[in-house]
Amino acid sequence: MSEAAEQPAVERHHRHPRPAAPPPPEALPLDLAELIADPDTRIVVCCGAGGVGKTTTSAALALAAAEAGRTVVVLTIDPARRLAQSLGLVELDNEPRRVDVPGAKGELHAMMLDMKRTFDDIVCAHSTPERAEQILANPFYQALSSSFAGTQEYMAMEKLGQLRATEQWDLIVVDTPPSRSALDFLDAPNRMSRFLDGTMIRLLTAPARAGGRAGMRLVGAGFLVFSRIISKVLGGQLLRDISAFVSALDTMFGGFRERATATYELLRRPGTWFVVVATPEPDALREASYFVDRLSVEQMPLAGLVLNRTHPPATTGLTATRADAAAEEVLEAGGEGAELAAGALRVHADRMGTAAREQRLADRFTSAHPQVAVRAVPAAAGDVHDLDGLRVMADALTGPDDDTPTGVPRTRVLPARRR
Amino acid sequence: MAPEPLPVRCHVVTGKGGTGKTTVAAALALALAADGRHVLLVETEGRQGIAQLFDTPPLPYEERRVAVTRGGGEVKALAIDVEEALLEYLEMFYNLKRAGRALRKMGAIDFATTIAPGLRDVLLTGKIKEAVTRRRDGHRVYDAVVVDAPPTGRITRFLGVTAEVAGLTRSGPIKTQSDGVMAVLKSPQTAVHLVTLLEDMPVQETADAIAELTGAGLPVGSVIVNMATEPLLPEEQLERAAAARLTGADLAPALAAAHVHDGTAIADALAAQAVEHAQGWAAQDELRDEVAALDLPTVELPLLPGPIDVGALFELAGRLEEHLRTEVAA
Repeated sequence: MSEAAEQPAVERHHRHPRPAAPPPPEALPLDLAELIADPDTRIVVCCGAGGVGKTTTSAALALAAAEAGRTVVVLTIDPARRLAQSLGLVELDNEPRRVDVPGAKGELHAMMLDMKRTFDDIVCAHSTPERAEQILANPFYQALSSSFAGTQEYMAMEKLGQLRATEQWDLIVVDTPPSRSALDFLDAPNRMSRFLDGTMIRLLTAPARAGGRAGMRLVGAGFLVFSRIISKVLGGQLLRDISAFVSALDTMFGGFRERATATYELLRRPGTWFVVVATPEPDALREASYFVDRLSVEQMPLAGLVLNRTHPPATTGLTATRADAAAEEVLEAGGEGAELAAGALRVHADRMGTAAREQRLADRFTSAHPQVAVRAVPAAAGDVHDLDGLRVMADALTGPDDDTPTGVPRTRVLPARRR
Repeated sequence: MAPEPLPVRCHVVTGKGGTGKTTVAAALALALAADGRHVLLVETEGRQGIAQLFDTPPLPYEERRVAVTRGGGEVKALAIDVEEALLEYLEMFYNLKRAGRALRKMGAIDFATTIAPGLRDVLLTGKIKEAVTRRRDGHRVYDAVVVDAPPTGRITRFLGVTAEVAGLTRSGPIKTQSDGVMAVLKSPQTAVHLVTLLEDMPVQETADAIAELTGAGLPVGSVIVNMATEPLLPEEQLERAAAARLTGADLAPALAAAHVHDGTAIADALAAQAVEHAQGWAAQDELRDEVAALDLPTVELPLLPGPIDVGALFELAGRLEEHLRTEVAA
């Protein structure tokens, strides 16, 4: 503490009255019930950083839509084992399977993306059987289809395109791959097509494409150095594999880039909505912010933010500070059950503290993105791994905005403070 | 006097995303560096999480001191840059430094690390092995190397890249190099530690990763339970509360006796929260049993209030030091 700070500040305050800080903006309510029931809504994409509950949110939204009478398929990418089992996703056949939902007016189907298989299917669909066999056996193809960063995102979009093309579904709900960044879902397909259509691939495969020596004349000595180094480092066989793979692909369909662009365009069609999922934590909300900005740049429609796993208290009648003070008073007063009551008050103080932190983070997000509608979804007691758990979450996602036990609207964790 | 050599010199720290593996890796590095030891903390995922934790500017591809410990020990940190590592490698084996720079301009380095998915991991693990085995004037430069490794889902592939690389490049120097790396990683001087929380998914992933690592012949070290909390209710009441045999009526008299404002009105809500708290606690206890059933050395680190800063890292390091001591004694 400096000395200046210890001097009475009253006088200064008199001369320069600080204007009261404006209250944080109120988030708009997010009406997911209407969104999923609307016949014009055909695709809902759930995005967000890893570990925020995208898969569960997708499955719960799909369940709610099926119960609202629609024929829905949910495309999950990497569901937790028990959730997958509860959706009947034990067999990895890369096709939708009907999930038995007693009493639902519509139909719920679920599938788990098998990225290698989806890639294999593309290859088979676009080439002769002999050629397909060649490609599938190519070591470079095998590495690319099972481990290239971005293949999963690319294949998720590919599968989405296929599902959409069948016109069999009223609504497709898509979970996005568990990448570190939410933006990967939008960026990866382009990155992959850029890679496959890129200069390096062109150079490397030039001999094969243009046919022997003629091709070699087109490229400079720089390439020869490069090619030599790549051969040295990676081994010559790999180069030959790549070359064979790319020329096979090239004749198969007109470049990956066009295909990636087509699937990307699908996301901008009317009837597609993005739901951004985040937990009330700085990192997850930062990711959500980036994603919201990106959607707006790309002119892709954002439905809103699902603020998942919030911890609203069971009562808002006592602040954290008061609850802590009350715990001490109860202990002082003593008597039977004092320790227990004090413990319960401490639990409440802890809950209020957590909720206040969560609300503060949500307020910051809303300050930066006042136009983004918000729905807060309380954390479940344990992992959601069955239909009952999903139904509880579906209710939290689609229920009326203000029917919470404490009357706090579902745009918030704690009630707004009046000034 | 030089400190005694450590039995395990390469500590690989992994865990499900969100379990705090970077924090644990940093604390472990501090713990190992106590009593005058020299430790290198390596970042592999390019997130600059270590720089954030130690509140330093982003780390370049260079070993920089980030902390000093008692008895003249120190922790240096290195964020491995894959491109730089490849250039270094080209220079070391082919004397190709200048050509390498030119290639980078062409985007060729980026290309090379992209087409061979295992190449990235080979370069990273290669650099780790180099640091573990580096000697100067006949002495080891580092007493221990701690790696903030990729998450559990990728760890076995990251450490066991040989198979994948061998599939792609059946011969050549990359293959030779990765064989040398595996010799270090599979030896008793390496330990892979798993960070988990007392939550279903992280514990499940930990069990899966242990099975995978063991299957791949990689040495598993300790399980580190991170962010463990203490119950807020009196111990003897936990069981009853967890069984939901606790209502507002149990709390109301004590609340009324202390004249808590609105005490009786909120008693039911308080009781409901207490039940939830106790149930959460009971679930954690069950997971503790599951962790114990993994039959590995286990240590619990407490959930510290507030953001993790260097002081907090030292606090966690203290707990880990104790764990390391009992491990060595055992």
